[in-house]
Amino acid sequence: MVDILPINNTIKITLVIVAIATAGGYYIIRSQKLPGVRSLVVSTTTSLYDTGVLDQIEDAFEAENPIDLYFISVGTGLAISHAKRGDADMILVHAPSREIAFMEEGYGVNRKIIAYNYFSIVGPVDDPAGIGDKTPTEALELLVEKGRAGEIIWVSRGDDSGTHTKERGLWSQVGFDTSALREEDWYREAGAGMGKTLQITEEYEAYTLTDMGTFLKYSKDGLVTLEILIGAGEELINIYSAIAVNPYSNPDANFEDAVTFTEYLASGEGQAIFENYGVDIYGSNLFNPAVELLLTGSDPTTATWIEATGFFEGSECPLEYRWGETKLYDR
Amino acid sequence: MVSAILEGLARVLGLIASGDRTLVEITLRSLAVSGLATILASCWSIPLGVAIGLGRFRGRSLLKGVFNVLLGVPTVTLGLVLYLAFSRSGPLGSFQLLYTPTAIIIGQSILITPIIVSFVTNSLEAVDPEIRSLALTLGASETRANLTVLGESLSGVFLAVTASFNRAIAELGVAMMLGGNIRGVTRVLTTTIALETNRGELALGVALTVVLMAIVGAVNILVGVAQRRL
Repeated sequence: MVDILPINNTIKITLVIVAIATAGGYYIIRSQKLPGVRSLVVSTTTSLYDTGVLDQIEDAFEAENPIDLYFISVGTGLAISHAKRGDADMILVHAPSREIAFMEEGYGVNRKIIAYNYFSIVGPVDDPAGIGDKTPTEALELLVEKGRAGEIIWVSRGDDSGTHTKERGLWSQVGFDTSALREEDWYREAGAGMGKTLQITEEYEAYTLTDMGTFLKYSKDGLVTLEILIGAGEELINIYSAIAVNPYSNPDANFEDAVTFTEYLASGEGQAIFENYGVDIYGSNLFNPAVELLLTGSDPTTATWIEATGFFEGSECPLEYRWGETKLYDR
Repeated sequence: MVSAILEGLARVLGLIASGDRTLVEITLRSLAVSGLATILASCWSIPLGVAIGLGRFRGRSLLKGVFNVLLGVPTVTLGLVLYLAFSRSGPLGSFQLLYTPTAIIIGQSILITPIIVSFVTNSLEAVDPEIRSLALTLGASETRANLTVLGESLSGVFLAVTASFNRAIAELGVAMMLGGNIRGVTRVLTTTIALETNRGELALGVALTVVLMAIVGAVNILVGVAQRRL
């Protein structure tokens, strides 16, 4: 009788497999949801998550609340489509024009502006296009002119993110449509995250629009030598908001905890984390708290800028999109 | 470049030396998820491979070809398709599996099924057909004869299983799309590498890859030892 699989070997193999499966299974079950702890899935823009600020907020929030925060870090475009499909309970995003559409379509409620900073136009140190002393709109017009003359290259995110949405908006402000620009040789689409786009821009010695958090990180670590050429101003304001998923569009959504977390983000404690995050590492903060500013008008210029870009019908969240009992809009 | 990698290695060695909880947790999760995916996939893929390798039925070579083609499915495509299935508005949404380790295990087990099937099929076909005839002549039943052939090609089966484990633990698309890279829940080695790379922590990304390769190496050595003992 030919017998290559003796029975005691079969038992050995089985035992090893059972042991691995039990150990693995135990480990997995341990890290799955715990009973009694509610989970809140937050789809967030990468420019917020990748800086690490949300890790700090998560630790502080979970220490006080029996709620497990599940952050899914994707671009603003994908964050919104996650929420529409019912795969997120709330979103943290930075593209006001798409946020109002999200609410108008019935998917989102209780929008709250939580923080802001500025986008920057960055480029090579020697600034071949000479945009350094221009306003954002003048700079973009100049970049088109120099680009068409074959002197410079512009790199676009091209990934439907919040930063990409902002870039498209800026081009349309100076009368250009990105769907036409992308056909031109000097306008390149990276189709990648901010970090990758910055590295591509570096390689091409080109120009691009960047969020502040990612740029400071890459610049400080010497990954790029690009310089901020245009750094602030009304046109470049970058507004981060929280929006809960409308419980009527998705009855499974954890609306109650979404409101709790939004209230935390807008609270003094949450706002302080935004204000202080990154100071020790970068020498300046990456985000500015927005709640107090909008409430008291302590900085009227910036408040006006935020209102111009981030408000709808004179409010961060028009009345028809406010749901349930919430302290979010108390004055 | 080299200095960045060395710096990253130094950091990771420091983390390992200090028994960094996060690193240990992520590494164990990677092992558990991909190990379970491999065991799960083996349960159906080895019998399927045997059936295709030893069976004589119409459409057999077509089926073989299909599995060979499936070897080339991009992980991100599989991740996307399964995301749409597991999504709360998808057909399997009611199971609420999205963003759980279970979802990654299912996804990876589907990903590696063609690897095990193809490898097992090919190694069985490489066994001298005389051995099967001999077993039958000596009075073995059909099943017994098939087991004998399987025993002859045991090294091929081991290769199939280890290769599929290596593929599972090193893939990114499925773990990212189905797991969501949630800290403390579905964050595994490859999604951490992707995140740290996005964050500009390039050295850390490289260093974590070294950890990943060390695990793959260790598992392969263990399997090799086990195989020689049999």
